[in-house]
Amino acid sequence: MEEKNNWKAWLYLAPVLILMAIFTFFPLINTFVISFMKDYNATTGANSGFTFDNYGVVLGLTERIQGSGVLDTTFVAWGKPSALTNTLLITFVTVPISVVLALFISILLNNIKFMKSFFQTIFFMPYVTNIIAVGMVFAIIFSGSGVFNKIFGLTTSWVSPGSSWGNSMFVLCLYIIWTALPYKILIFSSGLQGIDKQYYQAAKIDGSSKVKTAFKITIPLLSPQILYITITSFIGAFKEYNAVIGLFNRNYTSNGNVPDLYTVVFYIYDKISAGASRMQYAAAAAVILFVIIMLFTIVQMQVSKKKVHY
Amino acid sequence: MNRVPRITTELNLIIPGKQKDVRTTEQVDKVFHIIALVICYALIIFAACIVIFPFLYMILGSFMQEDELIAGAFIPSQGNLWENIAYNYTETLSRFNYFKYVGNTLVVGLSTTCLCLIITIVSAYAFARLKFRGRDTLFTIFLGTMMIPGEMMVISNYTTMSNLGLIGNNQQDWQAFVVMILPFIASVFYIYLLRQNFKQIPNELYLAAKVDGKSDWDYLWKVMVPLAKPTLITIFILSLIGSWNAYVWPKLVVNDSNNWLISVAIRGEALALEDPNGVMITQYSWQMCATVLTVVPLLLLFIIFRKYIMSGTGRAGIKG
Repeated sequence: MEEKNNWKAWLYLAPVLILMAIFTFFPLINTFVISFMKDYNATTGANSGFTFDNYGVVLGLTERIQGSGVLDTTFVAWGKPSALTNTLLITFVTVPISVVLALFISILLNNIKFMKSFFQTIFFMPYVTNIIAVGMVFAIIFSGSGVFNKIFGLTTSWVSPGSSWGNSMFVLCLYIIWTALPYKILIFSSGLQGIDKQYYQAAKIDGSSKVKTAFKITIPLLSPQILYITITSFIGAFKEYNAVIGLFNRNYTSNGNVPDLYTVVFYIYDKISAGASRMQYAAAAAVILFVIIMLFTIVQMQVSKKKVHY
Repeated sequence: MNRVPRITTELNLIIPGKQKDVRTTEQVDKVFHIIALVICYALIIFAACIVIFPFLYMILGSFMQEDELIAGAFIPSQGNLWENIAYNYTETLSRFNYFKYVGNTLVVGLSTTCLCLIITIVSAYAFARLKFRGRDTLFTIFLGTMMIPGEMMVISNYTTMSNLGLIGNNQQDWQAFVVMILPFIASVFYIYLLRQNFKQIPNELYLAAKVDGKSDWDYLWKVMVPLAKPTLITIFILSLIGSWNAYVWPKLVVNDSNNWLISVAIRGEALALEDPNGVMITQYSWQMCATVLTVVPLLLLFIIFRKYIMSGTGRAGIKG
């Protein structure tokens, strides 16, 4: 039976394999190769051998044009905002806050019965919305004379051009947390429903308080979901891009805007649209992003090996 | 030997502290329970208000006069509310080619989704039902690609497409659509989702179909696909929402604004009004109208297909 099905199975898989070969596997290898190519031209495919210089240029160590003395510091820089530091900041601020908030809200939701599915629906709504469109709504809420300032009696400039990096970053993180909550709440809620009620009854008989029950029973039993959510949201936060576009209409550097709100992915798209002669820098940055994500995932898997109860 | 132990259903409550009896303890418990519930609801309602506020303000903002919105009003003025709404939306629709963009998005979304469904069905079937050498290895490799950031692929796909002459200044309309559709037909996540569903269908059905002389192909389309309908609906809706929200790739590869998708259009279209000095000023109330027109269809879709969307995403998926 196995032998008989062999060729048939590959026939069923043929369409997906062809598409994946063209649009997933080939690009993956190709991007690696491009990232090491010297003087690569995306239109003609011409290059003059292999080099590590592309990585040097992206990391601000090598000059793009030999002898010009100009180093590109948009990707990484000391003492001023850069794509990598912004991305790290976004990741380490938004991931822990949104995981804790989502956990808190899920536990609250798990305690109620009346209107439970109504609230679950409300909390899931941001997941299906358009990140660009709602980002524009946030920008208006946080505009200089907007409703946020009015409620709190402030006159701070949050997102308009000319506002400080810190203020813009604050709103950006707030927006990212808002968009990140629904998926986490959904996963945590379904995880909570799977926990056996006996644990809670046992805790009640032992006279354990609600807070203690949450920390000693709920969170340990939810640890597989917490691990899964933490890893996927780290990956998601590293790839943050749409929120920046939605919230700030700051386009690419060619418009003369200060690139103080770049993220890693923003940098990559900036380089892709900068033309055929910059593609190798986009490739190098993408490989760096890939390596960072891999490292983070491996570290989290290792750390959690001892802490996660399955 | 034969003695049956007597089982009692009565519990002896032992309460530490002699001054408390069962009744007061119960009452205190009840009061605490109610207080906890009230706090619970208060916190949930507070959080729900924050989550819902941007949606609410988007709709309210689209009803306001421009200077009201800029001044941070919360409720639109009552006086000429209907005239305002009519004015805002007609002005927005006259500048923002909404139906054209929705049409483009539907063409791209429905083509991607239908092709994706066919390919997902046949490959999920192969992974779930057929036996062949290297099946598990191949599936693990497929799942592994979900971890890789899409930007790795975008770079090469962009060069491939432009080398094929599909991207560039003289891009034809059909070329724009082909470029937007092709890379998103094969989706590992949906294959994974459907494979899980196919695996739950009992083996006996397959054997019964075999006895009846049905081929694998017939069995797939006549038995498995109808049984997996809820998952297929989930995939359909999620894929359609994905196209509606797609921004990066369509923005990158499309030149002519006539071929914009809705997300690209909403960020790209200037909704501005000329002031007496000839300066174009962005009208935020019109921008709000455009966002309402973009977001509300999504919310309606979500409310109608809530069950499918939440069960699909809940089954451990990676977004984006």
